[in-house]
Formats: sequence, structure tokens, C-alpha cells
Amino acid sequence: MSPAKRAAEVSGLYVRFVGDAEVLEHIVERREGAKVPKGSVQKLLALKEDQGPQECEGSVGEQDYLDALGTGATAGEEDGGGGGGGSSGPGGSAVFTFQTAKRSHKMAQMASEMARAPGRTVTFCSPGSPEAAGSPSRGSRGAAGETRTPPKGRKVRFVSSTPHRLRKRLAAPNLRSESDSDLSPSHSEDEEDDDEEEREEKEELREAELTTPSKVAAAALYRTPAKKPKKGLEPSLVEEYFTAHASSKVTTSDRTLQKLQTPKLDQETLARLLDGKPSSYADEINQLNKEHEKFFSKWMLQLQLGFNVLLYGLGSKKPLLERFRTSRLLGVTHLVVNGFFPSITLKSILNSITVEVLEHQGSFRSPVEQMDFIMKSLRQDPSLQVYLVIHNIDGPMLRSEKTQQALGQLASLTNVHVLASIDHINAPLVWDQAKLSLFNWLWYETTTYLPYAEETSYENSLLVQQSGALALSSLTHVLRSLTPNARGIFRLLAEFQLESRDNPSYSGLSFQEFYQRCREAFLVNSDVTLRTQLTEFRDHKLIRTKKGADSVEYLLIPVDPATLTDFLEKEDAQ
Amino acid sequence: CVHCSSASGHFVFFIIYATRSLIIQIHQFILQEDLNKKMLDGLLEFVKKSAASFWCRDDDWMSRMRASEIPTAALVLGVNMPDHTITFESMTELLHDSLTPFVASVQAKECTAMKQLMQKVLQRLMGTNVMVDEDEAEADLGFHTRDCPQKRVNCSLSALCDWYQSATKKSPVKSPRKRLSSSQSEFLQSPPVVVIFRDLEAFSPQVLQDFILVCSQYVHQLPLVFIFGIATSPSTIQRMLPHSVSSLLCIELFQSLSCTQHLATIIDKLFLTSKFHFKFSAKVLQVLVGIFLYHDFSVCNFIKGLQLSLLEHFHSQPLSVLCCHKQEALVHAQQLNDRDVERIQQLPSFMRYVEEQVPEEQVQLLTSSEHVKGVCQKLLKSLHKYHKNFYPALRCLHVLTSILPKYPLGKQIRELYVLCLEKKVWETQEYDSAMQLIRMLAKDELVTCLQKCVEILTFCKSKKLKKVGQQLQDITATCEKLDSKKIPTDSRKMMCTWLTACFVKSVVFCTQFPRTHLYPPESQPLYEVWYYSSSGTVRRHLNATPRTSIQTALSHPYCYLQNEALKNDSGIISSAAPDICIIYKLHLECGRLINLYDWLEAYATVATAAEGKDPSAIEGGKVDELKHARFIRAVSELEFLGFVKSTKQKTDHVARLTWGGC
Repeated sequence: MSPAKRAAEVSGLYVRFVGDAEVLEHIVERREGAKVPKGSVQKLLALKEDQGPQECEGSVGEQDYLDALGTGATAGEEDGGGGGGGSSGPGGSAVFTFQTAKRSHKMAQMASEMARAPGRTVTFCSPGSPEAAGSPSRGSRGAAGETRTPPKGRKVRFVSSTPHRLRKRLAAPNLRSESDSDLSPSHSEDEEDDDEEEREEKEELREAELTTPSKVAAAALYRTPAKKPKKGLEPSLVEEYFTAHASSKVTTSDRTLQKLQTPKLDQETLARLLDGKPSSYADEINQLNKEHEKFFSKWMLQLQLGFNVLLYGLGSKKPLLERFRTSRLLGVTHLVVNGFFPSITLKSILNSITVEVLEHQGSFRSPVEQMDFIMKSLRQDPSLQVYLVIHNIDGPMLRSEKTQQALGQLASLTNVHVLASIDHINAPLVWDQAKLSLFNWLWYETTTYLPYAEETSYENSLLVQQSGALALSSLTHVLRSLTPNARGIFRLLAEFQLESRDNPSYSGLSFQEFYQRCREAFLVNSDVTLRTQLTEFRDHKLIRTKKGADSVEYLLIPVDPATLTDFLEKEDAQ
Repeated sequence: CVHCSSASGHFVFFIIYATRSLIIQIHQFILQEDLNKKMLDGLLEFVKKSAASFWCRDDDWMSRMRASEIPTAALVLGVNMPDHTITFESMTELLHDSLTPFVASVQAKECTAMKQLMQKVLQRLMGTNVMVDEDEAEADLGFHTRDCPQKRVNCSLSALCDWYQSATKKSPVKSPRKRLSSSQSEFLQSPPVVVIFRDLEAFSPQVLQDFILVCSQYVHQLPLVFIFGIATSPSTIQRMLPHSVSSLLCIELFQSLSCTQHLATIIDKLFLTSKFHFKFSAKVLQVLVGIFLYHDFSVCNFIKGLQLSLLEHFHSQPLSVLCCHKQEALVHAQQLNDRDVERIQQLPSFMRYVEEQVPEEQVQLLTSSEHVKGVCQKLLKSLHKYHKNFYPALRCLHVLTSILPKYPLGKQIRELYVLCLEKKVWETQEYDSAMQLIRMLAKDELVTCLQKCVEILTFCKSKKLKKVGQQLQDITATCEKLDSKKIPTDSRKMMCTWLTACFVKSVVFCTQFPRTHLYPPESQPLYEVWYYSSSGTVRRHLNATPRTSIQTALSHPYCYLQNEALKNDSGIISSAAPDICIIYKLHLECGRLINLYDWLEAYATVATAAEGKDPSAIEGGKVDELKHARFIRAVSELEFLGFVKSTKQKTDHVARLTWGGC
């Protein structure tokens, strides 16, 4: 952090004399303001400043700790050669916060704000930001390109009034949500308004830029300007927390993806669409990845010295690890584990070690026994060096305690070297102290910004759009191989389910009733036949049975109505 | 060729590093054993005693009273379980070597039920014996035969008893005993059977109770001894075992050194000595001690940090080749190549040194590499000398200040050390207050402190310090002489002045002494060769914050992608940011549930704007396919990262899994 920045921050804070009450007010607003992200460096500073007054009665140890880590963080900045520049990000307070109340339609507002200035940022200059302090180029670079009034006015209007625009913004969402609750698909009326409003807002925005620091602006959005006594400080935060948690009511709009012309995209279309598209920052991403490749020799050295390497950071690390593998591990024994694969098991990993690496032909009664065998064989042969490359060691199938324990035991062997990656934000929770000491990780930040193409391409990792499409294709595939009668039975169930889709308490068709209907349609002649048929459906996961309260079996097709309709239409077309 | 030389150079560093880490490991093991020696000796004595009492108990009334009690040693080892492994290993080895071949160590996670526990104990006791007694060929098969069901059938303590009888009869001399005297021959007949429970807290109480009950029935035939490894406090035993069971145990408590003491010893032995040349800067030491105190209490992790920084130092600083013993370093300095000389000239501390020289010398230092090498040797010598003086001086200062109320300069020597590494200690406020407090010390307290200082100073090698020590001894001697004499009333006044003079002298010593010897290492030319200062690297590799990194990447892409379009300082990111950043930013504005359609629409607005079109042109339901696909991918990626998950609460909604605004 340059002294200039710090000076700017300080001067921004101590412009005028402030009384106690105002200081309190200021603290509250600062805390609110902390939600408006600034540069990461400033975040650290802000964190410390906030902590000061709050923790005066708190433990000194905590402060020491913060300081100690803080110094570490700044030091990290200083020598920042490592993972692509600054690694110190938002402080803990920014990452782990409470749930706060969200107003509906905030997202759309945000989007329109972002969209307003394409290709550049919408600037909410804070007085402390280095840009505002000394970068004349900023104004000219902006798309708006307006000349600004000299920033004299800032101090004068610092507390003068809430800008007009903010009042406007406070009012605006109500207007929109009203229109939204009507569920009117057309926004034609609003749009005109919006346009006008937008123009107005633009001007206001410019004004706001000059007059009000963003922190105050953002804070003003959340709170009434009424001054609160000291006691009022805590309850308001508490209240905020409880209002956020009080209602389980969902305040989102009721629009669904059905409104789209093409509500679903299947896997193939998706791949086709995304394939040709180059990333907008290909150069920078390449640059970033080149930086990471410089670590290869260091990783190799550290692996050989008994450490294991763990990569984290945004973006797929599979290509990076692949490059490492092809450039460094070709001559040596290595095993690649795709942890993100939905059907990977510990057994399959251990099997490939025993069969492929140790060339052992026998079978084992339990994974424990297999582990023992592997550990024993590897200990006996120290010359055999095995490299394990694990993509996503935090993959859903590898998260269990036993699996991690086994992997840790493998990693703790002197001739097994593990190179792994994690992606989930809570991944480190997989390991406790004992496992961490088994793994002996060295953490490396490798943010790549590469798309998780392969990792997310499996059925389970996708959202409704795909799961519908996949379910549909599997439905048609399975049904095509069935007898016409069986298809009829399924069709009957599907139709019944669609008929009663508006009934929220619908729990399925009871077996007896279903049998009755099937008989009437001449599809089955005995309930045994129907049961055999249903077993087949169940095996293919086409239906689900549930025991009701009256211990009657209810049958349900676990597919959403839209997909089911599509399916029936397709069937009709054939 | 440059590349080639650097590669071979790295290889040299690697070798040095390897030897050094070996040294550290050896140090570590010595320390470990030294530290726990007391405890282990006590334990050994205990096992011996209890085994002996097993044999002579027929006639002893006391012994008969405790006839069915199992001797048990409870080891309180501290909360960091992974560190215990080494202790247990050395303990098992020690027992095996000097007392008994029958040692079984079990962990809670392998024994969830009584049967498994019994099986493990038997397997480990008899298994080792199998390996010792049988031929090589059979030993190879041992792995399979041991597990065969036939053996598993009689998995009971009576089987163990039978086996024990036959084993002790069959091979009284065969088991590995090295230094046993003839007086212990009784022991040879029947060595005790030791069962170690490594992590008592994790065992299921029921299993443990059953096992103890069963064992107590066999205590007449089998000289059993239990060892409990306890992480928390001895009261755990009372909590886990009801009185009826714990009365069957004859428990003796052993306490290991606390981990902070352990750490203090390590810092003392590895850093506060001039023998070991690799040093930490204040910040690195603070980071490592911080991780130790606030995260894990793990001495092993501290050592890992040390190894890592050692590796980093040798990997990143080519001049670290000079970081070794004096003679070696001088030889290395003579063999430096031109690039290394250039590197030396670029060292900040060397540049400072050059600036202090007279102009002719400066020219010499900047032009002649031979001259630089010569100077370098001189500087290295002085660096060695500096450290020789530094540590005794530090210890003296610590002795003087660690008795002061409120510990202005820190209670632990490592705190004082960090202070001295950071800045000139005598310029700090804390130092001033400490000196004031020293002036207020009672005479005898001060004299004892000074005597301790004398001890430290006389043992050190440096002549200069020895001289200081001599002076100090004179002062203390005078003080004592004055004290011991009967003071006549008339000369009391004179005595007082003498005393005051001595007192003033000693205080002057205290204030002056650090100024000459405790200069921070940064003031020394070439200190970079010894000191590793990249605390950020150490912290990043040992105490990483993956979530922060991901969130920074999402909310401030400019930190990673240095593209002007992404540059900004306020909260709102550019619409030209990568898709996932936009999606992430939008999702922050939502509550518990997120409507996918709204999300898509919002995204489409931004993406259209980024393309330079008018975002208001999109009508409801018309989102172009590519944008849709990009949206899907970005949302799946967020799901993969754990920010959202699909939910069935409402159609086409996803649930948000994190909280927080930005």
C-alpha cells in the first residue's frame, strides 16, 4: 500500500472536527459502507478501522492476531510475485456476513445500473480511492465524457442532504414491484418511465459522484436519516438480522423460464453454442496461466521433498494440472483421479492403484484391507514413486470422512506424491487437523478463470434446464424399448399426473385406482402384470412409489410437468 | 549457458537444503526425545515396577489388595493429536527395546466395537511374535495367514493367555532385549503386555468398559499394563468410565510438556543460536507463531513452516549459498561467479554499506568483482561475529526484563526477539518503561538477575562479551561483599554511596549493553543471505484462504486480469467482466431464493449492454441462445463452487447458500 493512498484515506476521514455522536454515526455508516466493496487493499484498512472502536473492551489477543495477519497480508502485497498479483482479498467481514434483508427487484436495478455504462464501470468514487485523488484520465475515458465540476463541492455537501437520486431510488423499486406483482409480461408503460427516469438518474448519478462519497450514499439507502442515540446502534443491527430471518416467505417474482421462447437447452446445444466463442479476456487469462506454469519445477521439487500440493482459486484447474502432467510426469508412475466425476468411488481409486500400479491380481474383502496392502507394498518398495493427480479432491463422491482418511493415509506415504485441486468454497472443511497433518498440504493459489467445462458437464451438476432435457431424452429412450402396452400404462400415469398438476396436495396415483384405469383401458389383465410392469419402470427410475398415510402405495413420475407435456407431445407426433 | 549454470546452481542449493532439512529433522528428534525424556523415563519406571509387582505379589499384602487392578498410565499429551504420533512411536520403540516385545498400540477409529478392539490387540501382540519366530518364507505369507478365519475364531483373551504362556516359555532369550542386567531376570521370564490406547477420548465408553472388565479377569495370568493417551484432561477417565470400572485400574498420571514450552525450546535451540545460520525475519516468525498460537498448537506444523521457508529461501535467493558455516561460506564467497557478484551489489543492505564508504572505495566496490569478493568475506565474518554477540545479549536482556511486572518487553524470549529483529529496541517506549522499572527493582532481585547475566556471558565465546561479563561480575561481587559485611553505623553513609554507585553502574550496564549488541539484523550488510523475509509466501502456502480468493476473483476480476476495462475501485463491476463475475454480482442482490428467469433477464440486460446494444431493446422472452447458454454455464459454475443450489421450493428457483453483500 503506497503512502499516498493511506494519506488520501486519512485526509478523507479527518476533514473536519467531529463530535462524539457524529463519530458513532460515522462508525455505523462505515460498517454499512463496508458492504459496498472498494479496492481490496482498502478493505483491509477499513476492517482495521472498524475494529478499533468496537473492540476496545474486547480481547487484546484478537487484535494482536488481526495485526499479525494484517502485517502478513500487507507483506504479501509487497512481495506479491506469486499468484497473479494481489492475493489479499476482502477481509473476513466481507466474506462471512449475516443474511440481510433484500428488497425485491434489486437485481434488475443492479443490472440496469451495470448496463448503463457499457464497457466501463459505473463510478461511485469514494473520496479515499486513489483514482479519484489523482487520475485526470478517468473523465476522458468514461463513455459519458462529461466535464466535471471541480471537486470542491465535495466537502461542502458532505452531509448537506441526501441526494435527490437516492430518494428516487428508494421510491423506484416499489413502483416496479407493483407492476411485477401484476405479472404483466409487458413493461411498455414502465419503460417510458424508466427511460426518463434513467436520464434523470444519469444526471443525478453524476451529481452524486461529485457530492457524496459512495459509502454514505449506500448507507443512506438502508437507513432513515434520523439520528439514533448510542443505544439505538445495536438494536438496529439486531433488528436487521431478525427481519432478514423472520419471514420464510419468498419475495421473488413468480415468473418462470416457461416465458422464454426456448426454455430448455440440451447438453449438445449448449456445448455447440459455447464452443466457438472465445473468451473476452483470452490474453489476460493466458498470461495468468503462463504465470502458474512457472511453478511447475517448484511443485516437482516440493513434491519430492514430502510436501503435497493443493491448488485453489477460481477457474478450472484441470488444464493446468494436465499440462503439469504432460510436461513433468510422463516418465514416472502417475495416476489421474477425476474427483468431480459423479460415480467415482474410493474403491475404484484403490483398485487402479493395486491393479495398475502394483500389478496385483488378487481381490480384497474390504477397502481397509486393500489400504493395508497398498501401504505395506509401497513401504516395502521405496524406489517406486507414485504421483497422484486428483482433480477436485473435494468432489461430491470424495467428500466422505472415510475416503479422505484413506487418501490422507496414501498421501502421508513418503513415496506417494499428491497434487490436487479444490473448487468448492467450503472445501477446506473436509479436513480436520489430523487429516491436514496427513496430507501435509502446501496451498497454491492458481486462479485461472477458465470455464469449468468438464466439471459441470455431468448430469447432477446442472440446473433445471438440463436435467429436464436429459430426463426427457432418457424417458423417450427407455419407453421406445418397451411394449406398446407398457407405453400405454406409462402414458396413463403421465396424463393423470398432468391433469392434477394444479392440485398442490397431489401425492400420486394410488395403485388400486391405477389398476382400475389400466383394466378399463385394456392394458393389463391382472394386478400381477401391472406390478411387473411397474417394477420395470422403477428400475429405470421412470416412476417413484411412496407410501401414503393410509399405507396405500402412490405412484409418481419424478419429472416436472413441462417436460412431461413435451414428452406427451412427442409421443403424439410419432 | 546461463540457464545451464543456474540449473546446476539450483541443484547445489537443493543439496544444501536437503542436508539442512536433515539437520532440522535430527534436531527435532533430539528435542522431542529430550523434552519427553522425563515423561518417558517415568513411564518406563512405572511399567517396570508394575511388572515386578506382578511377580512378587503373592506375599505382599498391598499387592493382594490390588490383585485385580490393572496398572494404567495416563499420559496427558495436549490437544494437538497429530503431534502425538512421534511421541507414541518413540515410546513404543523404547518399550520394545528395553522392556518387553509385547506392545500393542490401538487407535479409536479402528476399534468401533469390542470385537474389533480385541482382534486388533491380539493381532498386534501375536502378529509381531509370528514375524519374529517364524522363518522368512512363512513371514512372507504372514499377511494372509494371520487374517485367515481359523485364527479369528479363538479371538479371546484366554487364547492370548495360552499364547503368552507358550511364548514366554519357548523363547525366553529370543525376544529383543539389549541392556538388561541379571537382576531383571525375572522379568525375562514374563515381560509385561502393554496395550496403548492412543486417543482415549475417541473410544466409545462402552467398548472401553467391556474391554477393561474382561481384562481384569485375566490379570492374574497376564501381566497387563495399559497406557492411555489423553488430549484434554485426566478427568476424562472419570467421565468415560463409571466407578465400577475405573476402580479396576490403578492409574498413575504423566504430564508431557505443554506445546508452548515445546515451541519455546525449539525457537531457543534453532533460532537463538549462532550455530544455525538460517534465520527468520520478524514478520515470518510472527506469522508462524501466529499460526501456532491461533490455529493448531502444532509443533510439527511449525517445523513444516520452517522447512518450507528454508526451501523457499534456498530456491529464491541464489546467494543463500553463503548461508552456511563460516569456513564454507568464505570458500563459497571466493568462488562466486560474476552474476552472483552482481547480485551482491544489488542487495539493499550492501548498497547501504557502499554508500557509507569513502568515494574511492565506492568505485572499487562497484567495479572490481575481486574486491567485492574480498569485502564480502570480510562482511560475512562480521555477520558471524554479530550473531555471536547478538544472542547472549538478547538472553541477558530477557533475563533482566522477564521479571518486571506486566512484562513490558514480553514474557517469552521470542517476543523480545521479534522486537529486537524489527527495530532498535532501545528506541521503543516499552524499553523506556522497562528501564524505569529496572531502576525500581529491589537490590537482591537485581543482583540475582545480574548474576544470571554473568553466567550467560561467561559461557559465550566472544571475547568482547566475556570482558563485559567480567565487569559485571565485579559489580555483583562488590554488591555482595557490601551486603555480607556487618555495617558499622558510622560508615553506613559511605556504604550507601558505594551501593548507589554500584547500582548506577549496573543500571547503566543494562541501558548501554543492548545498544552495542542488539542492532536489528537489517543494519548488517549481507543480512539477506541469512534472513528469510517473505512472510506473505509462507502465510499463503500454509494458511491459505481459498474462499477469499474465489470471492476476490469474482468481485474484483481486475486483481487477476489486468485489463483496463475491468479496472475500477467501486463496488459495481464493469459489464464487460467475465460472465461468472456478472452472474455472481447479480446474485448478491437476491435474498434466500433466486428466480432464474429474473436472473437470466438481468444478465441479458448487462450482456446486451456490454455488446454495445441498447439493453432496453430486449423484450420479455427473447433472449438469444448464446447468452442463454453463457448464463447456464455461469450458473452451473456458481453451483459447482457452492454459491447456489437447485431447490424445489418454487419453480425455476435456486437457493442461495452464502450471505453477505459484496
